[in-house]
Parts: sequence; structure tokens; C-alpha cells
Amino acid sequence: MLLTHMRVIPFLVSTTTTLALIVCLNVQWGSIPPLGRFLSPQHGFWQNAEPIDRDYSGHIQFQAIKDKADVYLDDRLVPHVFAKNEEDLYFIQGYIHAKFRLWQMEFQAYAAAGRISELVGAKGLEFDREKRRLGMVYAAERALGEMNKDSVTRFACDSYTAGVNAYIETLKESELPIEYKLLNYKPEKWSNLKTALFLKYMSLDLAGNEDDFEYSNAKTVFGLADFEKMYPYSQDSLDPIVPKGILYPPPGIGIKQPATSDSLYLKKLDSVSIIQHKPDKDNGSNNWAVSGKKTLSGAPILCNDPHLGLNLPSLWFEMQLSTTGMNVYGASFPGSPSIIIGFNDSCAFGFTNATRDVRDYYEIRFKDETMKEYWFNGAWKQTDFRYEHIVLKDEAEFIDTVAYTVFGPVMYDKKFTGDRSNGKSCYAVRWKAHDPSNELKMFNRLDHAKNYDDYLEAIQFLHTPGQNCVFASKSGDIAIWDQGEFPAKWKRQGDFIMPGEDSSYMWQGTIPQQENPHLINPERQFVSSANQYPADPSVYPYYLGGQYPPYRGMIINRYLNQMTDIMPKDMMKLQTENYNVFAEMARPILVRNIDVESLNSDEKKYYDILVSWRLRNDPYEQGPTVFVLLWDNFTSEVWDDEMAQTKLKLVYPVASTLLEGILKDSAFKFLDNITTPQKETLADDVTSAFKKTVVQCINAASERRMEWARYKATRINHLLRLAPFSRRDLSIGGGTNCINATKEDHGPSWRMVVQLSEKTEAYGIYPGGQSGNPGSIYYETFVDNWVAGRYYPLWVMSLDEEKDKRIRSRINFSGL
Amino acid sequence: MQKYIISILLTALVSFVLGLYLPWWSIAPAAFLVSLLIRQRPAMSFLAGFLGVFLLWEILAWWIDYKNSSILSQKIAQIFPLGGSNVLLILLTSLIGALVAGFASLAGSYVKKD
Repeated sequence: MLLTHMRVIPFLVSTTTTLALIVCLNVQWGSIPPLGRFLSPQHGFWQNAEPIDRDYSGHIQFQAIKDKADVYLDDRLVPHVFAKNEEDLYFIQGYIHAKFRLWQMEFQAYAAAGRISELVGAKGLEFDREKRRLGMVYAAERALGEMNKDSVTRFACDSYTAGVNAYIETLKESELPIEYKLLNYKPEKWSNLKTALFLKYMSLDLAGNEDDFEYSNAKTVFGLADFEKMYPYSQDSLDPIVPKGILYPPPGIGIKQPATSDSLYLKKLDSVSIIQHKPDKDNGSNNWAVSGKKTLSGAPILCNDPHLGLNLPSLWFEMQLSTTGMNVYGASFPGSPSIIIGFNDSCAFGFTNATRDVRDYYEIRFKDETMKEYWFNGAWKQTDFRYEHIVLKDEAEFIDTVAYTVFGPVMYDKKFTGDRSNGKSCYAVRWKAHDPSNELKMFNRLDHAKNYDDYLEAIQFLHTPGQNCVFASKSGDIAIWDQGEFPAKWKRQGDFIMPGEDSSYMWQGTIPQQENPHLINPERQFVSSANQYPADPSVYPYYLGGQYPPYRGMIINRYLNQMTDIMPKDMMKLQTENYNVFAEMARPILVRNIDVESLNSDEKKYYDILVSWRLRNDPYEQGPTVFVLLWDNFTSEVWDDEMAQTKLKLVYPVASTLLEGILKDSAFKFLDNITTPQKETLADDVTSAFKKTVVQCINAASERRMEWARYKATRINHLLRLAPFSRRDLSIGGGTNCINATKEDHGPSWRMVVQLSEKTEAYGIYPGGQSGNPGSIYYETFVDNWVAGRYYPLWVMSLDEEKDKRIRSRINFSGL
Repeated sequence: MQKYIISILLTALVSFVLGLYLPWWSIAPAAFLVSLLIRQRPAMSFLAGFLGVFLLWEILAWWIDYKNSSILSQKIAQIFPLGGSNVLLILLTSLIGALVAGFASLAGSYVKKD
């Protein structure tokens, strides 16, 4: 007997110790990953530490692949994909996206679907409920239905999904992206729904913004007359996408303002106190195209830089997709087939956000607590319910019951106030992104487009998020369309919460596509957009509710008007331009109103910095820091007293309203501090703001943060906000209202310049790297050059260049 | 002494081979197995298992880190937190593996009487 030969007790003790150690090192402790598994050099994170000279070459075989295809990875890890047919092409695009960006793709899809609780537990619940109750999954399912109706889109998505899953299926534990190892979970299968979810997430980011609750509160507190002054429609400094002076035909569809709108809507007083998580207000962008008449080469040049949240891994992934009938290069979205912003052998295309308000709220009257019926058009109407199952890590499932009305899902009610609503009323959200649409088809068509007609046909498929779609072709055309499926609204419709007891306040129709603002081969030889008003609101026949910052557009147009004999390098200089046109307009009136006599020596010093500043937000300048602090303090001086009248959530009037207010009228009504007996003047407010500014400047100087880049401290966070995987304190200038709109964690996410000469000459860069793996040398390759305002030449490879020294690896794909 | 060194090297070898096919904890059966094969006093056996995997993980981690120019180890050593030191991270890695293998090896040494 074995037992008789054993020293039983020591054996049991040491065996138990071993097993206990293994168990302890194989489970997660709070945020500490399973240590044994995580640290094992053959399984854990060490496997993600890629050799810096890694060769990605290989032969990959899958049943699904129809024909031989090749992927060439160049010295920046940009894949150049050459396939014989589009199914193989999108299969490979999915495979490559997954190979380099799998964790990010899945994480974004989780976020879009409100599934973050599955990864982080109860602390993700509020975030998830908000996504579910907004109807993100509902919207994605409806989009998927539409995508499936179109054979081209369905083909592309099916192939793409198969490619992603082919990669996931061959993935060994040791090869899992490091974030899975840190958070201790595994990837699930990709699906076409996840692609749809990701696109809805972009819709939320770009077309999810509104201030309906804050505006409703402001209207109640200030009254409609003051509201119109604080949150005006249109601007004095208007320089719309379609220039002023152009006339429009009468509207193609008539809309009727409800008879009750004065009493029940515009002048109605109510308070709602809802605070929402909102997309960044500056989710803007620049794009422009100049005709050959303005360029040295005689060929059009198209430029685009979408301003989005800056993250690592980046939202973008650079690729060339080449097959019979298509050869396109540009930035793709990991998670979606096609090139999104780029160019092909005939033309180039890009986008800025249209920022139109397409998300409104209706107050719903339910019969009782059960919410089974609601009052609509003079009768009780049956509610539909959608049950949202939210899985929580290490906890029981949470089921959220969401009521659906004719308007859309009831986002806020007694069960979900999210510490935001008063919990008494129920608000249904009407969001354009709920309507079925197939935006992927637009990208597919644009990638194939040969000329203006193809482009125009392609953009018909863009419903939400509305975009300013810029276009230029080798045949010499330039164009821009403010495109999307926009609801035709009467003035101020949907700016406040609307009555939801009948159909009179519903959206009545869609602006006919041909009536969307557009500009084709204009006299001035350029088209441009920077999220400003698409058209002059005083003549455009439809209401253009939304937020439209005027300044970037203004300075872009000023430069483009002046420029001649343009070369691509001039455009790079323009995209990275740090000139602050807002300060050019605001500084004189501020400086004039500082009481210089009353300044002490410290204050005089910063006054001199402000006055001598050359109006450029360059990284080492101190002027922008003084100016930005002064403007912010001045804004507080003017508005804080008004805002303090209520505990309700409000939104500050935009900068252009205040600046135009004081430029127009030095006795601008709101300058007076209503909490003091005396009447404050512009000079009082500015001088007081300046003195506060100097205190902050002295403080910043003591921390060596007076230089603009140090003060602004631009950073690119990892999606999990892990500091070692992020880049912090980047020495980059620019900022709000500069063409180089780089803010704290937001900015030009893909800069692209394309000259459509006979041989295309293109340049681009994004603040990230092609690999999503923090252990790869390609993880943040481009960041420093992006900070410095440099670009990479974009190499459209042809098959006869396969021996080119830029190629580092070659992956051959074939069927079984 | 020779037996002792062979025991260390064999533990490293068997652990490496099993690690190619099995999860990380395969270092435990590897060390246990070697300890059964090469009989030693418990203390020596513990040390042999400990050093075998310590050596293996040290060399593997160091080699990976060298090929990677410490790009990842420096980041992980901030998350953990080890002050960004790749040396400490490699040491921590090896100690964790060594501890498991040491106890497994010790258990093996008790299976038969001297």
C-alpha cells in the first residue's frame, strides 16, 4: 500500500498548500488579476510583450476564403489588402481588425449595448441603464433589419463578421489581448449586430446631444424673452457652410405649428431637474476641399480632421483595401467593414458633424403606476414593454422594464431617475437614430465612387448621424452636402420638453434631401465646414435647431479665401494652425475694459502678457492661458448670478452669445450682478474677472503650468483609463476655436490631406498606433509626430511594389 | 549534488513542455513528477522545485523582456505597482511560479519514505 510508505501528514499539508496556492493565484482579487495566470511567461501578459522586430508574416487558411489574397504590412503596420473579390476582402478586413484591435472592438460594442456591468459589476449599472433606456439595442436591431434587406451590405457584414470570428476561434489563451487578462474575461463571438451597435454608438456621440431639459429649466427661470437673448437662434458672426446671400426655394413640405404651442409649450413653466451624461459639445471637425484653380498642381485638394475623444487604442485604423473595381485607402473603424474617411483612385471624401438636434423628449401621462396605458390623441393607448436584461459581474441579473410609446422609449420615469429627474414625470425620447437606416451602404458606395454622381447617390444612405460630407474628384469637382435625414421642425420645436398627450407636437416630416444645404463647385473655388450653421437661418426655410460654434469656420474660410497656389504642405499647416480667431475678436473689448490704473505690479505683468500675445495658442505661449482664464472668469461674472437663481440644472449660454452681446451693446443686460444693489458695468465685470485671473495665473506659475500646453495638459487615455497605457501631458497647442482644436482629451482624431493629382498625393496621421496592444512597438507610434504637427505620406501600394523596402510582413490568405 | 542539479533542470524542462499545452499551473504537476522520479530529502526537494521554476520563469521573462525592449514590463510594473521596474516585475513573476513548484515538489518528496 502506497499510504503506508507515506508521511501522511506532511504530504497532506504540502499538497493542500500547493492546491491552495494554485486556487488563490488562479482567481481575481478585486482589481488584481489572477496572478499565476497573469504572470506566467508562457500564458500571461509576458506573451503580449511582442518582440520589437516581430514579423507578422504567415499563411492563413480558412474554409470561407474563396480565392488567394495577400496582405502586406508596411513599416507603420498599415495593412495593404489585395483580394480577388469583395467577400474575401471584408473577411480579411475583419480578421485584421480583430488581430490588432479585438479587445477595443468588443469593449466598444459592450459599451454601446449597455453591457459594461458584465465587466465591472454594479458600478457600471447606471451607465448601462442609460444606454438601454435610450434604446441603443433597439436602435441597433432596427438598423440590422435594414442592413439585412440590402444584399451588398449583408454580404459585406457577413464576410466581415466571419473574418473576426475566424480570428477569435484560432486565438490561444496566451494570445488574448492584455485587457482580457487584466479584467479576467474572454472574447465572445462577433456578430453583425455588434457592428450595428458600434455604429449606433457613433450616432450617440455625434447626434445624441441636446439641452432639452436645461432649456426647459432656463425658460422657466428666465422667461421666454430672456431665454431668446441667452440662447438665441442664429449669430451675428455667421459664416455658414452655404454662404450668406444664397436664396432658397420655398420649403418642399409644409409643417404646422400646434395651436397650443404658445400656452402649452413655449410659455409653459415647468421644472425637470435632469442632468445627463452628454457627448462632448466639441464633437466637431473641420473639412474642406479646394478646386484646382487654387492649387499649384491644378488638382483639387481635400482635407478632413474629425475632432473626437482621444483614446488609446485609437478609434481609427488605417488600411488600404484593393480588389477588382475598388482601390480605397483611409481610416477604418475597427468593428465595421469599409473605409470611413479616405480616398480611392478617382475621388476623396470626408465628414464633419452636422450637429443638428435630432433627439427630443415628450412628457407622457400614464394611466397608473403600471404604465400599461398612456393618454394619446384622446384615448388610453397600450404601452409596449421591452425587458432589458443587464448581467452584473458576480451578482444577480438586473432586469429593467422600459415602456415604449409611439414617440419612443420612456427614458426617465419613477424607476430610473439616475439621481437626475424629479421622479414624478415620465419622459419618452424621440431619437432619429431609432429609425431604421443603413449608413454602411454609404461607406460602401463612397469607397467605390468614381464621380460626383456616385457620391451624391452614396450619401442618400446617410440618415443619422447627420454629417457635412465633403467631396473632391480627379475630374475636378468639389462639393459639400449637409446630409442626413433631418426632421422638419417649426421654430424651437424640440428645444424644450414637448407635451406628449397627442400627435400635434410630433415631428411632421423629413426635410426633402435635395433641400439639405449644399454647395457644388462654387465661384469662390472652395467648400468648407467646421460645425457652423449650415445655412443662413434667416433665409433657410427650415428650423436649424442645434449648436453651431462659428469661429473655426470663420478662420478656415478667411485663410482659404486668401490662399492661392496651394500645395499639400500648406494644407498641413492650415490643419495644425493655432491662431485663435475668437481671441482676436474678444481681446480688444476685454483689454479696453480692464481698469489699468487699478492694477498692481503682478496684475500689470499678466496684463502685458495678454496685450502682447500674438493670438496664437502655441504650446509655449503664456498668452492663451491668461486669455482662456480671463474669458472663463468673465463668463462666470456675467452668468453666475443668473444661474444661481435656481437649483435646477442649466447650461451656460455659448461663448458667441456673450461676445456678440457685449460687442453689440456695452450695456448688455446680463452684465449687472443681480445679487448686488449697485449696477455693474462691462468694465466692472472684466476688471473683476481679470483680478481673479491673475490669482490663478500666479498659482499656475508656481506649478510651472503657465505655458499653454502645460496648462491645457492634453492627454490620450487608454479606454480603461489605465495611466501606464495612456499618454499624458502632451506638448501640443491649439484648443477650442482654433483650427487645431486639440483640447484636454479631445481633438483632431485623423488628419488627412489628399491632392487628387494624376498620381494621388496623400498625407495623414492619427494620435495612436496601428496595434491596440500596449506591449507592441506599434501601440503609440504616431503620437509624438501628431503632437509635432507632422504627417506621414499615405502609400497607395500597387501589386508590382511587393518588393518595396517599406513592406515588413506578408500574410497570405487562402481557402482550404 | 549532481542529483540535485539534474532535479532542478528537469523541473524546468518538464514545466516548460507541459506549459506549451496546459494552463499555467502545470508547473505544479511537473515539479511533483520530478520530485517523485528523483528522490531527495524534503528540504532539498522543495528547493529543487522552487529553483527549477524560478530559473525557467526568470529566463523566459527576461528573454521576452529583452526582445520587447521592456515596452510592456515598464507599463505593467506601474500598474502593479513596482515603480516601473522591469527587474522587480521579473523577480515577482519568478517567485510566484517558484513558490507553487516548490510546494508541489515538497509534496512529491513525502510520497515514499526514505
